[in-house]
Amino acid sequence: MIEIRLHGRGGQGTVVASKILADAIVMGGGYVQAFPEFGVERRGAPVVAYVRIDNKPINLKSKIYQPDHIVVLDPTLLQSVNVTDGLKEGGKVLVNSEKEPSEMQEKFGKSFKVMTVDATAIALEKRLGSKTSPIVNTAILGAIVKALNVTNMDLIIKAIEEGVPLKVEENVEAAKKAYTSLKGGE
Amino acid sequence: MRKLLMGNHAISVGATLSRVQVIAAYPITPQTQVVEMLSEIVADGKLNAEFIKVESEHSAMAACIGASTTGARAFTATSAQGLLLMHELLHWAAHGRLPIVMANVNRAVAPGWTIWTDQNDSLSQRDTGWIQFYVADNQEVLDTIILGYKLAEKVHLPVMVNLDAFVLSHTYEAVEVPDQEKVDAFLPPFNPEWKMDVKNPRAFGGLTSSDVYMEFQYNHHEAMEQSKKVIAETCGEFEKIFGRKYGLLEEYRMEDSEYVMVTSGTISKTSRIVVDELREKGVKIGILRVRTFRPFPGEEIAAALAGKKKAFVIDRNISYGKSGIFYDEIKGALYNKGMNLPLFGFVIGLGGRDVTPAHLHEIVDYGMKHDRPTEEIIWMGVKK
Repeated sequence: MIEIRLHGRGGQGTVVASKILADAIVMGGGYVQAFPEFGVERRGAPVVAYVRIDNKPINLKSKIYQPDHIVVLDPTLLQSVNVTDGLKEGGKVLVNSEKEPSEMQEKFGKSFKVMTVDATAIALEKRLGSKTSPIVNTAILGAIVKALNVTNMDLIIKAIEEGVPLKVEENVEAAKKAYTSLKGGE
Repeated sequence: MRKLLMGNHAISVGATLSRVQVIAAYPITPQTQVVEMLSEIVADGKLNAEFIKVESEHSAMAACIGASTTGARAFTATSAQGLLLMHELLHWAAHGRLPIVMANVNRAVAPGWTIWTDQNDSLSQRDTGWIQFYVADNQEVLDTIILGYKLAEKVHLPVMVNLDAFVLSHTYEAVEVPDQEKVDAFLPPFNPEWKMDVKNPRAFGGLTSSDVYMEFQYNHHEAMEQSKKVIAETCGEFEKIFGRKYGLLEEYRMEDSEYVMVTSGTISKTSRIVVDELREKGVKIGILRVRTFRPFPGEEIAAALAGKKKAFVIDRNISYGKSGIFYDEIKGALYNKGMNLPLFGFVIGLGGRDVTPAHLHEIVDYGMKHDRPTEEIIWMGVKK
């Protein structure tokens, strides 16, 4: 079983990203749970979403406390939220950032593998969301495919096509671009 | 078709596949998305139903009662305070013997204000005369809506399908969505023997003297008792068509078990992990999930617990001044069977406090270490 925690801000599409990822897993024949932090959400406020993936039906119905991987959709969260809380030793941290993974490794320590993708730049380039609040979730999904190896690009593209209401082509392009521009994923 | 669905939408899809004809519902967190999706489906013309906007849950149930009385298949969904506001009309629907199906997202009751899960909202509707199911995953949510109509229309009783807030309502899971043709074959159109007709006005449920009132109650109770058999039949028929098995109870690794966790709702699924781990260590333990709370399968529970060494009843609810509610009912069911096995009653997870495998291990540990319970409630995870 693989457990992933996504950190973002209300309005960035964090919960939708978890849903699209889960959709891709289901299309691939896997078992999955995707859920938000149970409660209320506000635009701009920190948001957490979870994805639990397995190749057999999932009986565990409690929350995720010790994720295998972390995905951070908004780099400004790193100043206020301890995103690696509970992260398993050797876990991966995928951050939306223009920085090199090596520049961030120190912050997270050596027990985690850091990867970065400039999802904000990709979202702006593809005109997803507004200039002040770009929607980075589909770009992040492309990076997730490369970084976490839980599904493949064909399935994620199919899930994006079904899961986004607008600018389908641009969202797919964003995912593709993020897939190829992930840093630290080798 | 296998699809990713959150519990709320599994309800909406179940109602759509059941070809409900009247939907009257008022939104309340965490149920809101049920109503949202249904209103879209009706507005898009994908379901030939009347969507009635109402000003409260009391009115929602009133509209369902009116619709069902005229022979329409009626549906609503609610949660917590919404269900409580319906209380008067829950009695009305059941005494009227109207086969309404309602989904209730189990949410704790305020104050303190809360939107998270426990079962006190629906369990406090115990004596309204509704059939009550408690489900454990989103597949079962969808299936039980369809099963609910089949059952309701056979025994002329309303059915409440209860699911855990957030743990199911807001959690996406893979769900096998059955084909419409198969559902149609299982659930034919609602065609009651008698119904109200505006062209032939009559009064329904008028003044009933003590000469006959009691017989209505007797018949209601008998229908409830009879529904146990009908649940078994209906589930059998469902399994033949859809391949998924349901019943009054669900057993997990019970065959040779000495110890039993008695559960309901999603805790039952998490308990499987604990049982699997304990079995690895040689502990003979199983799970008895109570899926149907009304009619209460007391006989069946007693039979399942016969010969066991101990049972641990886990309640996500409480009857203040007494105990967990399932615990109380199960204890009562064993008395006249002369069964005296140590029965421990745990209360856990109120107001949505998370229930983890570690908590459930703690429950089993407690039960193993004590010969008999000395209290009616063993509180788990409470800050005293």
